[in-house]
Amino acid sequence: MQKMPVWADVILIPLVSLLLAALLSAAVIVGIGEDPQAALNLMISGALGSTYGWGYTLYYATNFIFTGLAVSVAFHAKLFNIGGEGQAMLGGLGVALVALYIPWPHWSFALIGCTIGAALLGAAWAYIPAILQAKRGSHIVITTIMFNFIAFALLNYLLVNVMRPAGSMDPATASFPEATHLPTLHMLLEPFGIKFSKAAPANVSLVVALLAAVFVWLLIWRTRLGYEIRAFGHSESAARYAGINPVRITVIAMMVSGALAGMMSLNTTMGEGERLILNSTEGAGFIGIAVALMGRSHPVGVVVASILFGFLYQGGAELALWTSIPRDLIVVIQALVILFTGALDNMVRMPLERLILMFGRKEG
Amino acid sequence: MFDVLTDLLTVLDSTMRLSTPLLLACLAGLFSERAGIFDIGLEGKMLAAAFFSAALAYVTENVWLGLAAGIGASMLLSLLHGVASITFRGNQLISGVAINFLAAGMTVLIAQSWFKQGGRTPALLSGGRFENITLPFADALSVIPIIGPFYKEVVSGHTILVYVALLMVPLTWWVLFRTRFGLRLRAVGEAPEAVDTAGVSVIGMRYSAVIICGVLCGIAGAYMATGLQAGFVKDMTAGRGYIALAALIFAKWRPWYALSSCLLFGFLQAVALRPDLIKGYLGFEVQVQLLDALPYILTVIILAGFVGKAIPPRAGGEPYVKER
Amino acid sequence: MGNANTEGRQETAAPAIELRGISKAFGPVQANKDISIRVMPGTIHGIIGENGAGKSTLMSILFGYYKADAGEIFISGQKTQIPDSQAAIAAGIGMVFQHFKLVQNFTVLENVILGAEDGALLNTSLRNARATLRQLAQEYELEVDPDAVIEDLSVGHQQRVEILKALYRQAEILILDEPTGVLTPSEADQLFRILRRLRGEGKTIILITHKLREIMDITDTVSVMRRGEMTATVKTSETNPQELAELMVGRKVLLRVDKAPAEPKDVVLEIENLRVIDDAGVERVKGINLNLRAGEVLGIAGVAGNGQSELLEVLGGYQTASGKITVNGQEIDLTGKKSDGQSRRARGIAHVPEDRQSEGLIMDYTAWENVVFGYHGDPQFQSGLFMNNAAIKEDAAGKMERFDVRPPNPRLMAKNFSGGNQQKIVVAREIERDPDILLVGQPTRGVDIGAIEFIHKQIIALRDRGKAILLVSVELDEVLSLSDRIAVMFDGQIMGERLPQNTDERELGLLMAGVTGEAS
Repeated sequence: MQKMPVWADVILIPLVSLLLAALLSAAVIVGIGEDPQAALNLMISGALGSTYGWGYTLYYATNFIFTGLAVSVAFHAKLFNIGGEGQAMLGGLGVALVALYIPWPHWSFALIGCTIGAALLGAAWAYIPAILQAKRGSHIVITTIMFNFIAFALLNYLLVNVMRPAGSMDPATASFPEATHLPTLHMLLEPFGIKFSKAAPANVSLVVALLAAVFVWLLIWRTRLGYEIRAFGHSESAARYAGINPVRITVIAMMVSGALAGMMSLNTTMGEGERLILNSTEGAGFIGIAVALMGRSHPVGVVVASILFGFLYQGGAELALWTSIPRDLIVVIQALVILFTGALDNMVRMPLERLILMFGRKEG
Repeated sequence: MFDVLTDLLTVLDSTMRLSTPLLLACLAGLFSERAGIFDIGLEGKMLAAAFFSAALAYVTENVWLGLAAGIGASMLLSLLHGVASITFRGNQLISGVAINFLAAGMTVLIAQSWFKQGGRTPALLSGGRFENITLPFADALSVIPIIGPFYKEVVSGHTILVYVALLMVPLTWWVLFRTRFGLRLRAVGEAPEAVDTAGVSVIGMRYSAVIICGVLCGIAGAYMATGLQAGFVKDMTAGRGYIALAALIFAKWRPWYALSSCLLFGFLQAVALRPDLIKGYLGFEVQVQLLDALPYILTVIILAGFVGKAIPPRAGGEPYVKER
Repeated sequence: MGNANTEGRQETAAPAIELRGISKAFGPVQANKDISIRVMPGTIHGIIGENGAGKSTLMSILFGYYKADAGEIFISGQKTQIPDSQAAIAAGIGMVFQHFKLVQNFTVLENVILGAEDGALLNTSLRNARATLRQLAQEYELEVDPDAVIEDLSVGHQQRVEILKALYRQAEILILDEPTGVLTPSEADQLFRILRRLRGEGKTIILITHKLREIMDITDTVSVMRRGEMTATVKTSETNPQELAELMVGRKVLLRVDKAPAEPKDVVLEIENLRVIDDAGVERVKGINLNLRAGEVLGIAGVAGNGQSELLEVLGGYQTASGKITVNGQEIDLTGKKSDGQSRRARGIAHVPEDRQSEGLIMDYTAWENVVFGYHGDPQFQSGLFMNNAAIKEDAAGKMERFDVRPPNPRLMAKNFSGGNQQKIVVAREIERDPDILLVGQPTRGVDIGAIEFIHKQIIALRDRGKAILLVSVELDEVLSLSDRIAVMFDGQIMGERLPQNTDERELGLLMAGVTGEAS
């Protein structure tokens, strides 16, 4: 069968989808009586025009790399993990427990400890929906949605009733000890003579996120486990024939996914907040879906899409600050990206496919 | 004794109110999912309807126009879901996620640009809201012990949309199991190829189901903004679309079961609003968070098949492609 | 119904169906090429051809399930547009698909009225349908409980419901696509009685099949299709199976595979009292005993769905069972707790599964990834923590060359190969392991004749190297020509064992229907 070249599938289609989403977003901005060109300029200067802007852009991108990778790994096993939000909340709990109750000598050790804590609790929260899917056939999309709400209720209970320091009114834990505070990009880059904004929250978690992307690439395309995860994702019946255990793959893929989502809290809770608050995830678990769809579940794509969404987030914040466009514009853009790169994929793909094949024929 | 009754009646009364949006959204999902189109976008459709009904009701001071606008907005999103999942055979779950975000963002965006009150509509005055209706004989019957007050406090005194929601239950049952349309709708969710080869359009059936879903979600959202509350505020559905989805699974995709599961989940919400009563009667504190989470926990237990297995429509979630 | 005066019409009247110049392509595959055909009313017309010859596509076009790219359709002389099934039904056409189009959890009655209801409310429709159904049942011997739920019915009864659906819609033309594939010979005989009766009532019937015997048995005229083209249309009484077979495949067919007599050695596989209960709680294999020796081909004959698939799955390690199986003298685990497909492979059991598209291959994997599928954990394909993709690619290229897979490009996706070449990839992978035991299910289903010969030769060559082969096929010809010993399965049991030289299709056919020599 004649097929589109790989570049069209990997680059052209996401780009066209993105363009459609951008055009519609511009239309929305016009619709609410603002100037899209000015808005874009403001977003670019606000998000990319200074190291301060970059610091925020990269801070948000770090979150999205983690949650985007989480959704991607599950996608490879044909599992749709909508539970990134809940897994990230539990990851935050893991970070808080490790940071608060273990005395750490230095941030580097604390980072390792908190990574383990976040990954473990995130994975554990994904384990239950995974095992219910694998053993009892409970639809994982529904159970992970349910687990988001249950996670929120659990965290709410713990922060209000258990972990809240005496006398505090906030549903939040005490601040983490000094030794667990992560260095920001400013501190990391200073020795190299690069001046980076002091105020921006981007921190060493970005490096952890990039390492996680490399890890996911190796896992999915270079290991036996990755081969089995992809095989299972393509065809469950063939996987059974080959002796690939569906329960094992479902559980492992979901736990890796949950661990990655949980690790997002390194950035927000350990890196930025330095204490656990109720709404630390800020919907990043859901943005992971948009990022994974746009990045075609490939780590490189996920990183690129994350930076784009980081830009949107920071740019959107700037818009809200300087114009009357609310931050919720980002939510709309996010919805349009999910719509075009995910649900309406065929709408973009089919005409493009025809076009490319037509040109190919002429040349050949 | 008298006190117990009053407290119970108050809780049951708010159960009725809180169950209504759940029930309407749940039945909306029932139509869609019975036709094989999974819909996790109930939340977004309700939210859009809530905003547009409040906005129009405020501007026109006519709640019926508000209702129509709410239904229209919800139907538009339904059609989007239909285009993505029926016409372009996209992933229904991803489409639903997108719709939820689209509604969450657009409502605030439009509200802000329209009313400039931080993403909300101004509070609705009397003409812009549905009024409570006192059913006949509510006062006359109230002398009869138990039944009388129950009738007066719990059954009577709600807006018309509450009674619409309740009537939708037998109506849904009748449409689904006693009409040609219902037979075809159920068939298209179980075996679309059987419907196709029987000379009935699968696409037509699925679009009808999705549109009905939009109408019911529209009423649910309109009730939120013009019945239960007086105006729209950001994210006011607060996960009710997901609770409705949970109730649908809990009800195993059946109309009468949907009524009981929505009443149960509505009751849990009503109790969660009155932690004082729990402490007063049970003698110990029940965490509000536990009550909040209970619908979800119960649904997970049902989904896990520990208490009766919930089997979704067989062709659910799959776009129809002719086999080769 | 039955109102046409069929007597007078047969000579003068227009054909019930006439197709002119029908063409249909699925992507690059030309399924039908300029096909024309005429079927006279009141006759049974057979369409015969190999798998993939385009028979089902042609009839699906007539029924409006697919749309033709070109060509015209005439019903009783009238040019008719059939854009969808609704138009086909209105034109008096009914079709029984190979895979039934029934709603599994609906009753018979509900399935019958679906799409042909009398009004907006169901009550009257159901009442009318019940009466009509009773009448049809008597008229055509189509007894079936109208209130039974489809999933509780046997396959034969489900097929009756499909026929009833067509008759309820007052079909004058009935198309049946491979109707006997899932039936026992006795059920098939019953079906044919019904078809003759329908013909007697003046109905026109088109029977799609790849079985010559059925064509000779029941049809009045027959058309032969080969690779999307109509190669001939003849009167059944003026032809013979040999001629039809040649028309089907386009050259003299080898009915027997050239092979030396087997030299069976030690028993390598022993199956004792094997029982399989499936996920739905149905007992699919009911206590069978078999043994397999090195250097022989044991063929399992039987109608599809009589427990053969489950037998292969148990041996392949992905179906649980009770009983006892020993491989090379060692008992293997049947509970699935200590075994899976991997541990079976480690014991020297290789498996060419029945369905290469859903089991044998990952269609979205490249050929090289597929050539290690199931053996991807072998040490030779690993280097440290990672897979040794260079070694895998090299290994794949060699296997594809030796098995003449075309095109010989390991980087192509499995889905981009033809059926025959896909199967060669699977067979290459399994046979080149040089296993002690090779399980083979439907090795040549949907495979072109050239690849069939090649695959058969490879199987016999493996046998001649002293390996044991368990062959499951629903093609009786294949079982007869490849096997050194034949066991017949029916309803989860072994009905008997025969030597191919001492038996024939008739005897095996009876066994496949559950009729043993003593009983008849």
